[in-house]
Amino acid sequence: MTDTKTERGLSALGEPNVDLDCSGLLCPLPVYKAALALNQLNTGDLLRLVTTDPGALRDVPAMARQRGDTLLSVEEAEGRQVFHLKKGWLS
Amino acid sequence: MTQVLEEINVVDPPPRKKRIALVASKGTLDQAYPPLILASTAVSLGWEAGIYFTFYGLDILHKDRFEKLKVASLANPSGPIQLPNILGAMPGATAAATKVMKKWMVDARMPSIPEFLEMTRDLGVEFFACSTTMGVMNVKESDLIDGADVAGAAAFLDYASEADISMFV
Repeated sequence: MTDTKTERGLSALGEPNVDLDCSGLLCPLPVYKAALALNQLNTGDLLRLVTTDPGALRDVPAMARQRGDTLLSVEEAEGRQVFHLKKGWLS
Repeated sequence: MTQVLEEINVVDPPPRKKRIALVASKGTLDQAYPPLILASTAVSLGWEAGIYFTFYGLDILHKDRFEKLKVASLANPSGPIQLPNILGAMPGATAAATKVMKKWMVDARMPSIPEFLEMTRDLGVEFFACSTTMGVMNVKESDLIDGADVAGAAAFLDYASEADISMFV
């Protein structure tokens, strides 16, 4: 269930530059693959990341904080997490 | 449930990269994974990471041995096969425990140890090979994978002295 504010917020994120599906992968692979993808992007680009590792709910925000990327949204439903990340300063 | 986070400005880079310094001292399959998982994560976070491979841990860098790391069936109460020690000592028990763990890893889509080494090396993890271990166990530099730097304790401590986190595995 999403409210109008949430829908407006998500659509405001824009289309991701890269869509990465890490379903079925365990730590450290979602973070590792997300980092590889983010390393290829320019500052301000968007990555959409899908994970199923329950640890990712803590790991992806931690990764973003450490790398200087911005976590724009987190969506969780039925054991699946969707993250939108904005690439920061790390090159 | 969707949570849209308030957008914040992109933060400035820190004045220097964080660093983790790890010691890998164990040569069993189960103990080879943790330092490689931590190092691959650290470099994914944009940190520097270095691993000092010493004593049996040097087998992880050994070209002829790193695909043959084993899980002990004896005196390993948490191992992949649960055997009384008297049976764990039987021929083939260690091979069986190793086979089970390798299958777990494949089923969970986890990289093998050689794959992990390649992943971490490609992202700039430094591999220090303990020169004393090489002398004691008669390991030559040519026995080790590419990218392993032969070094003693002083060189590693010099590296670790600039680290934010140090761990002994």
